[in-house]
Amino acid sequence: MIALHDAALSYGERTLWRGLTLHVAAGEFLVVLGSNGSGKTSLLKVLLGLQRLSAGTVTVNGRRPRRGSDLVGYVPQHKSVPPHTPLRARDLVRMGIDGHRWGPWRPQGETRRRVEDVLGDVGAAQFADVPVELLSGGELQRVRIAQALATDPRILLCDEPLASLDAEHQQTVTELIARRRRTHNTAIVFVTHETANVLPHADRVLDLAAPHDSAALPA
Amino acid sequence: MNLHEIWGEIFNFADYGALLSLVRNSLIAGAVLGLVGGLAGTFVIMRDLPFAVHGISELSFAGAAAALLLGTSVAGGSIAGALVAAGLIGVLGAKARDRGSVIGVLMPFGLGLGVLFLALYKGRAANKFGILTGQIVAVDTPRLSWLLATSAVVLVCLAVMWRPLSFASLDPDVAAARGVPVRALSAVFMLVLGLAVAVSVQIVGALLVLALICTPAAAAVRVTASPVLMPLLSASLATVSVVGGILLSIGSSIPISPYVTTISFLLYGVCRAAGAVRTRRGWTARRPDTVPT
Ligand SMILES: Nc1ncnc2c1ncn2[C@@H]1O[C@H](COP(=O)(O)OP(=O)(O)OP(=O)(O)O)[C@@H](O)[C@H]1O
Ligand SMILES: [Mg+2]
Repeated sequence: MIALHDAALSYGERTLWRGLTLHVAAGEFLVVLGSNGSGKTSLLKVLLGLQRLSAGTVTVNGRRPRRGSDLVGYVPQHKSVPPHTPLRARDLVRMGIDGHRWGPWRPQGETRRRVEDVLGDVGAAQFADVPVELLSGGELQRVRIAQALATDPRILLCDEPLASLDAEHQQTVTELIARRRRTHNTAIVFVTHETANVLPHADRVLDLAAPHDSAALPA
Repeated sequence: MNLHEIWGEIFNFADYGALLSLVRNSLIAGAVLGLVGGLAGTFVIMRDLPFAVHGISELSFAGAAAALLLGTSVAGGSIAGALVAAGLIGVLGAKARDRGSVIGVLMPFGLGLGVLFLALYKGRAANKFGILTGQIVAVDTPRLSWLLATSAVVLVCLAVMWRPLSFASLDPDVAAARGVPVRALSAVFMLVLGLAVAVSVQIVGALLVLALICTPAAAAVRVTASPVLMPLLSASLATVSVVGGILLSIGSSIPISPYVTTISFLLYGVCRAAGAVRTRRGWTARRPDTVPT
């Protein structure tokens, strides 16, 4: 699903990682570790087509990564939502389906049902109508995961989805994502610092910690 | 002047019917403006741009003052000033943390220029005052056409951008990953906002544009989080403020802006109170049938 070959990424003079060769198959759970600033988020941006490699090649689903693909879901690194946002949890999920389309919001039964389904999948149905700015951190995170899953992607990229969650919610969220790959054979790239909860689910671990010569390590 | 006379100055409904027909243009303009301000305001609130609106309106004022001095179209001048300001804020203040200081630098400069042009202007004082505090009698038919055309551009742009702009305002990274042209949208929105400010300046005046572009949306978001109801409510509140303000101000010699700002402030108060009640009743309540297990 994902193939990186001898890939390198630099910002100006500074090389974050190089010589990165990596294959992620369908249904595989890859955990990405590394200290702050080691280039984990940047790696996801490369896979999303938001950032170009400085060297090497990358393919996602056999093609160059491109923006707006329904086959890739993205849970961003934790951020709070801006205040005074007129959106409810269900609207945030809907954005994952048709938020990129032009024009105003239009009622659509099919989209609505899909939103209900994914909200149910992540156990967020009971706060579907709560304004996003009033959700707790853990609730918001589950809604973001629902958003990423809304297009039924074959690859799910999660950027520190456990940050700011308590131990119980960390477990819930990790299991939610791990279940997804079992039921839907989704490939998972999971960036985290919380090794204790996540490593039991991992097929492989990529450690970007040593910034200058990182390589894929089989777990 | 005793209180009674002051009251008579503020509210004077003699010859109301005859006066009403004189301000027909203004009422149309006011209704359209309410729509523009209320809808644009939705994103001003979401993207935290009230200060930018204020900055743009000061440069729009400078543009209008320059046009007045040169004897060219005041509407054209205010639009030019607003677009220059919106462009500068969009380019120099692309990052949210730079924006405040960029606006803080531009605004006094624009205001200073405006004061200079007005000081040089030797025409009617009412013209000068009008740019700052609003005027309704001055909406003649060519001016109304200008206003409607500009508003139409704003409304069409907003309708087309609505969903992706909401997405980009909420979550720029995810929106970009989904293929939304985040930076282009944010630049285009600044220009559209510039146009919206310029048309508002013509009616409520440069000093009070926020009452139209910020207050109604800030009020609406207190009572609903539905992405469809909120802009509709915001536009209705703004329209009520402007049209109501015009209707109250017709008979008096006072500029329209205090009427508009007062109505819009009162509506904000009502919405805040309603929002507080809603929150106390449990806006965040989870559906009872699915209480967490
Ligand atoms: N667009 C950019 N231009 C220049 N430098 C950048 C850019 N994006 C990221 N960087 C730099 O690259 C480094 C890696 O950033 P990245 O966000 O990928 O780190 P990370 O591993 O996700 O860190 P964290 O654990 O803190 O999230 C950082 O030092 C950052 O300053
Ligand atoms: Mg990161």
